[in-house]
Amino acid sequence: MKTFTKLTAVAAPFDMANIDTDKIIPARYLRKLRTADAGYDPWLFYDMRFDADGREKPEFILNQAPWHNTGIIVAAANFGCGSSREGAVYAMMDWGIRAAVAPSFGDIHYANEIQNGMLPAILAEEHCAVLREQLRAKPGSTITIDLEPQTITGPDGKTYQFEIEPVYKERLLKGLDDVGMVLQELPAIEAFEKRHFAKMPWIA
Amino acid sequence: MPTLFEKIWSQHVVVDKGNEALLYIDRNLLHDGAFHAFTALAKEGRKVRKPRQQLATADHYVPTRERDKGLASVNDADAREMLRLFDVNGAEHGIRCFGMNDSNQGIVHVVGPETGFTQPGITLTCGDSHTSTHGALGAYAFGIGASQLKQVLATQCLWQKKPKTLRITVDGQLGAGVTGKDVILAIIAKIGTAGATGHVIEYAGSVFRAMAMEGRLTVCNMSIEAGARAGMIAPDDVTFQYLAGREYAPKGAQWDTALEMWRTLPSDGGATFDREVSLDGGAIEPTLTWGTTPEEALPVSAAIPDPASFSDVNKRAHAESALRYMDLKPGTPLTEIKIDRVFIGTCTNGRIADLRAAAAVLKGRKVTVQGWVSPGSTVTKRQAEAEGLHRIFEEAGLEWRASGCSGCAAMNGDFVPAGMRSASTSNRNFEGRQGKGARTHLMSPAMAAAAAVTGRITDVRTLMGGR
Repeated sequence: MKTFTKLTAVAAPFDMANIDTDKIIPARYLRKLRTADAGYDPWLFYDMRFDADGREKPEFILNQAPWHNTGIIVAAANFGCGSSREGAVYAMMDWGIRAAVAPSFGDIHYANEIQNGMLPAILAEEHCAVLREQLRAKPGSTITIDLEPQTITGPDGKTYQFEIEPVYKERLLKGLDDVGMVLQELPAIEAFEKRHFAKMPWIA
Repeated sequence: MPTLFEKIWSQHVVVDKGNEALLYIDRNLLHDGAFHAFTALAKEGRKVRKPRQQLATADHYVPTRERDKGLASVNDADAREMLRLFDVNGAEHGIRCFGMNDSNQGIVHVVGPETGFTQPGITLTCGDSHTSTHGALGAYAFGIGASQLKQVLATQCLWQKKPKTLRITVDGQLGAGVTGKDVILAIIAKIGTAGATGHVIEYAGSVFRAMAMEGRLTVCNMSIEAGARAGMIAPDDVTFQYLAGREYAPKGAQWDTALEMWRTLPSDGGATFDREVSLDGGAIEPTLTWGTTPEEALPVSAAIPDPASFSDVNKRAHAESALRYMDLKPGTPLTEIKIDRVFIGTCTNGRIADLRAAAAVLKGRKVTVQGWVSPGSTVTKRQAEAEGLHRIFEEAGLEWRASGCSGCAAMNGDFVPAGMRSASTSNRNFEGRQGKGARTHLMSPAMAAAAAVTGRITDVRTLMGGR
């Protein structure tokens, strides 16, 4: 897994709350194979980015020149709610978006970001609102996220503290692989299974 | 004095590190969208550690028409390849697989309970957010993404942070024509789409005790639409009677052992929850959504709200955008909204009791809009046909199709055309969910049937005289 330490990138403000994973990637693209040559970026926010004839909608933020190189999304509450589709993370990562800042996230999507080395940074709504306002006022401006001290520095140089669980922070900083971390506990798992299935043998 | 959730959690902790625990996963369900996880597993050279603790069924990509033609009935080349891979992956890893033409095929959240694979007291995962469904039997069941699915396949464990608990109590008695769907829509309207984020919900109170298993499954299914990690209902005699004799259910002496264990699961009398919410069951009306998030729901007697009346700026902005997408005006009574399509089925409302409720409204009547019924499983389809329900749907003018996710996820070629408005028994009314530009109103099977008859949103109670 990719590590996440510090990132300075163009940030795009998304004002709407409850951006669901169907919006981030419509279901019809989840059947696509994801390979080193063919990523999921073409489908990111597809129905928001393109009209019925496949033409870019000029009003959509990622279609506007200053935000073509967006690496961070600053969103509102409940970002990534809904479907468990990990394709939502693939689409953002393949586009080049490595972090999302929001007051809250859908639980499954939050876990999916962590699993892929993308940072879900939890920041109070009032601070997210200030950042979104500044990013809109100065299109294409950057913000800096530093994971170790858990800080976000806005376009005006002001720094905010964001929240992340210590265990997830460690995984991102070190690029730890969950399967590897689980398999270290294999003796404990096997002992558990012996006890557990003695009580309910029909489950094994 | 632990809760139902806490009992199951503590019985499944393999390693406790304080701020997270290694949780054992008893059973995992798979569907045809799981190919990302299998691809990753192959890339890392890993094997499925416990094949017998998996069960797979094809649902998201299966066509609901001309199913007997097999893969030839799948028009889309990508989807055809996925369904081919589904069988290949199952065979390669020794996982029991209900392929698209298997007599047990169905939607994964219908198949789990129907086969008895889902049981009280177990931990269960699936790479799908509606895995919360299985909590209706008193399991701790939650949806995961492809990476965590790969981990479950490789290890049968997940590192998890313990969620908080929320008890939602609905006491009183539901009125005629009011179902599990109406109850869960009323709950989500009250607490919001993020109202239960980070929490496991336990549904308690006389309304759920009196509810049949199908209604409980509908309620728990939509827990995720309130942001919940899982939704659960304490197992009781309704649960045990439902499970008895099902294929995966314990038999003989093991059944007695199981019953003894299952009876210890309900939350202790003095158990405390991190949060409590309560609703009056008697006050819940048939309820439907008017907007583009499940919390934008109202009783059928209401009118479209004026976004300007919302004090929360986020909710106001969302409602304004929702009304534009839905092409609706504030003040319009819900019962004046005309519909173009009806869709009955899904993991939310595709079970036998749901089909019976819709058929009861449609019997001897004709629909005035196009629509289709897709049973939640092939087993449910056969049962409905044995009861003659398919004839009621067909004589009313609806299509009777094969089982799958169909127009809920709109991944299999079944969709609602742009600009069309659907009365749907599914679980998500997000923009584009049922097809690009499709406008979805979520409601119960009986309400969808009523809308199909009149061609507009209708209070089903006005069509229920003598039924």
